Amino acid sequence: MSVGRKSSITPPAAAKKPYDVYRLREDFPILKQKVRDKPLVYLDNAASSQKPSKVIDAISRFYSEDYSNIHRGVHELSQRATKGYEDARLKVQSFIKAASEREIIFVRGTTEAINLVAETYGRAQVGAGDEVLVTTMEHHSNIVPWQMLCEEKGAHLRVAPINDRGEVILDELRKLLSPKTKLVALAHVSNALGTINPVREIIRMAHARDIPVLLDAAQAVPHMAVDVQELDVDFYAFSSHKMFGPSGVGVLYGKEALLEAMPPYQGGGDMISSVTFEKTTYNQLPYKFEAGTPNIVDVVGLGAAIDYVEEIGMDAIEVYEQELLEYGTQALSEISGLTIIGQAREKASVLSFALEGSHPHDVGTILDQDGIAVRTGHHCAQPVMDRFGLPATARASLALYNTKEEIDILVEGIHKVIEVFR
Amino acid sequence: MEGLRELYQEVILDHSKKPRNFREIENARHQAKGHNPLCGDKVTVFITVEDGKIQDLGFQGAGCAISTASASMMTESLKGKTLEDVEVLFGQFHGLVTGKLEAGGGTEGLGKLTVFAGIQEFPIRVKCATLAWHTLRAALDRTDEAVSTE
Repeated sequence: MSVGRKSSITPPAAAKKPYDVYRLREDFPILKQKVRDKPLVYLDNAASSQKPSKVIDAISRFYSEDYSNIHRGVHELSQRATKGYEDARLKVQSFIKAASEREIIFVRGTTEAINLVAETYGRAQVGAGDEVLVTTMEHHSNIVPWQMLCEEKGAHLRVAPINDRGEVILDELRKLLSPKTKLVALAHVSNALGTINPVREIIRMAHARDIPVLLDAAQAVPHMAVDVQELDVDFYAFSSHKMFGPSGVGVLYGKEALLEAMPPYQGGGDMISSVTFEKTTYNQLPYKFEAGTPNIVDVVGLGAAIDYVEEIGMDAIEVYEQELLEYGTQALSEISGLTIIGQAREKASVLSFALEGSHPHDVGTILDQDGIAVRTGHHCAQPVMDRFGLPATARASLALYNTKEEIDILVEGIHKVIEVFR
Repeated sequence: MEGLRELYQEVILDHSKKPRNFREIENARHQAKGHNPLCGDKVTVFITVEDGKIQDLGFQGAGCAISTASASMMTESLKGKTLEDVEVLFGQFHGLVTGKLEAGGGTEGLGKLTVFAGIQEFPIRVKCATLAWHTLRAALDRTDEAVSTE
């Protein structure tokens, strides 16, 4: 440790304002309302998150000032609109640390991103007798596209099991990797359980056998900093609406070499470089996968959402949410008859639970009477429910704007449920 | 709490905790499965009919308090009723829970089932209350397809 080094220390760029959740809540107009005369307690963020003024204003401003079609006209508005759209692509690239903006494809959401890979990469690479490997904890959107592909190709869907805590059993997953495996597709973070999968290790295991990996990152990007190059992930799919951006937009990241080799997804305008009735030449990346006029303005809104969370800092958000999760886990654990479903050692801020003697649907209705929004049901992950022998759970999923006071209100609400069904 | 007490009345809670006729009827000629994908509720209804009248009926399944209580109280209410009566009562019950009929106005035949009037304040729960009824009608039509509320 030299004196010289010590003297070179400057305040780190990451020295942001201390995390002030009450100030952040002011950024979300919808959170200020009352529901049934009670302050809204929005705990359904894994289904969709609320939007800060920054996003709402960016959308409104773009429609008011810059809107036009993109990649078309020589006129001023078209140039502004194109710049807004492409700037958002650069923001996404930097947000997930992709090597190139050519690797960022805008789609409608995580579901379309996964379907795109199934219908292009999957159709080209998966043949009769081949296998696609998923896990028990997948959302239906990371099951059904592969099922459809396997049915079409005579291939097989294999499923890596999970343990009682809701963690993938790595030894079992390893055993399922074989020369027949053409792709591993799994959640980065489970929507129903909150489990953060050990994706680095799984990607290493798969790559040792030259198998590419797709991560369904819909529940990861709102909660943690992501570096796709460091993960060495091949495909990374996520939605804007779960990370404080507008609905109707999502992102597929793919390694450039893989995307280059893939056939196009949909045919139409913008994805071609020339068309005659004899032959069409496809456009370069990423436009090859973006046929038709895209959801221009909501892409711009996603860019604003990225600006918003980066101003706070994804690391700060993660630290805060882990503190909330710990508080919520402790508070819910103390309720007699309540079982938290999903007790992985690495978890994002999701609290799925079952309450003895009450069906989740009744729990949801009673909590709603106090303005508390939770999700009840199978969370589009029926195999997870089957694994735990439950028809459904109630799920409180936390975001950067939730507070410990809101968790206290949830706990009070659950006691009210218990009182009704006693 | 006012709306909640309306929804979760004592009699509903009682039936949800101790459902009546919660049994399979072996070799029942009429049976059907119902499913509410929204909440995962599943119910199977078993019916025997003699001389155009419901002789016996039972149900099995798993669901929320509203769907379980509704199935239980339906089985109690319909024993001995003619198939025509069933259709009339279904229409009245449906009208009651969707708020198209007031309790007492055209719901004379429903008897105890009028406790479900509170559902009209909770539109999202109407499907819970009607799942067993839709399944019952499917069983009487002897359709083999599972009923879905979606």
